[in-house]
Amino acid sequence: MVHVASIVPISLTVGANRIVPAVAIPHPLGNPELPEQEERELRLNLVKKALRALQVEVEKQTVFEE
Amino acid sequence: MAEKKYRVVHYLNQFYAGIGGEDKANMPPLIKEGVAGPGIPLQQALGEEGEIVATVICGDSYFAENIETAAEKVVEPVSSYKPDVFVAGPAFNAGRYGVACGASCSAVSKKLGIPAVTAMYKENPALDLYRKEIYIIPTADSVRGMKEAIPDMAGFIRKLGLGQEIGLPQEAGYFPHGIRVNQFVERTGAERAVAMLLSKLKGEPFQTEYPMPTFERIPPSPAIGDLRSSTIAMVTSGGIVPLGNPDRIEAASASKFAEYNIAGVDDLTSDAYQTCHGGYDPVYANDDPDRVLPLDAMRALEKDGTFGKLYDLYYVTVGNATSIANSQKFGKEIAEKLKAARVDAVILTST
Repeated sequence: MVHVASIVPISLTVGANRIVPAVAIPHPLGNPELPEQEERELRLNLVKKALRALQVEVEKQTVFEE
Repeated sequence: MAEKKYRVVHYLNQFYAGIGGEDKANMPPLIKEGVAGPGIPLQQALGEEGEIVATVICGDSYFAENIETAAEKVVEPVSSYKPDVFVAGPAFNAGRYGVACGASCSAVSKKLGIPAVTAMYKENPALDLYRKEIYIIPTADSVRGMKEAIPDMAGFIRKLGLGQEIGLPQEAGYFPHGIRVNQFVERTGAERAVAMLLSKLKGEPFQTEYPMPTFERIPPSPAIGDLRSSTIAMVTSGGIVPLGNPDRIEAASASKFAEYNIAGVDDLTSDAYQTCHGGYDPVYANDDPDRVLPLDAMRALEKDGTFGKLYDLYYVTVGNATSIANSQKFGKEIAEKLKAARVDAVILTST
């Protein structure tokens, strides 16, 4: 499991082991300020990041900042 | 001039009243004048200020099997004695007796407006049932603790009888109701926090003002072997649900999670989906629910072969003031379902 989370400290506290920081609380995988196409790309990249995190062996809680 | 004594009615089970053991556990409630059983030392502890005017006695099984009826049958005779305080037990760790004590106190308190107190061991199953409604004093786990229970109960009865303020659980000695009360203190929060930290650094004892829940550390799962052939599922605590929130997931303190089928759905749109989460500004998620549950992106990556298959079902709850206990329960249940469906990995999104 990978946790795409707006509030990383909470994700760490509750014990998620693979964490990908999200954009913002009301739109974790989006940005309404961006034009539609750019927003979709932003989301696609964030999901790709999450899928990559799933393929990384981790021994402890890891935040995938990049 | 002699002050009027406050009047107390005491509830006991058939055993403590000296009527009988299990053979008498089915006896219906009766009321008798004066004291019985532990009421005798209790009266002694109350001294001249208070008087146990009557004792209600009921069989433990009778009560536990007919809680509501039994409680009514206790309330009726109690009201005729017009007591100032109602006391039940002590029940120690006895389950049926604890229920009887709790239920009687609760009924008397609610129906007659008479302050009520009982006493039991912290693990008595009745504690959690009634602790919020009435005063429950902690006792030892068995009758061996009677010697301590009596003065504790007497002290409490006295306060209630004299109309004195009860105060906070820690000081007054009862199980917390879970109510938060504002209070003024001399030092500011900053001063108290620093004092606490200094004690901690010096290895001295300190008392937290707010115990934090502890979370388990779960060992990380192994990385996915082959993404291109994996089945990935989506789960969210962001409350993305079909328009109308058909399963009525609550906006806060969710009592459930739901499962929805997205087979054939390539994109979440505002005419078909919405957020039901009450803890963030919903405008962006309602406008485009993919911003919380990234279905469109997942479909695109499924289609181009980045991963094998997007699982047809997604799971949703609302992570807004949702209890830890419920969250853990939901997580377990969802995981079990996904495991049974041979899903390889999950992307969990949270707001």
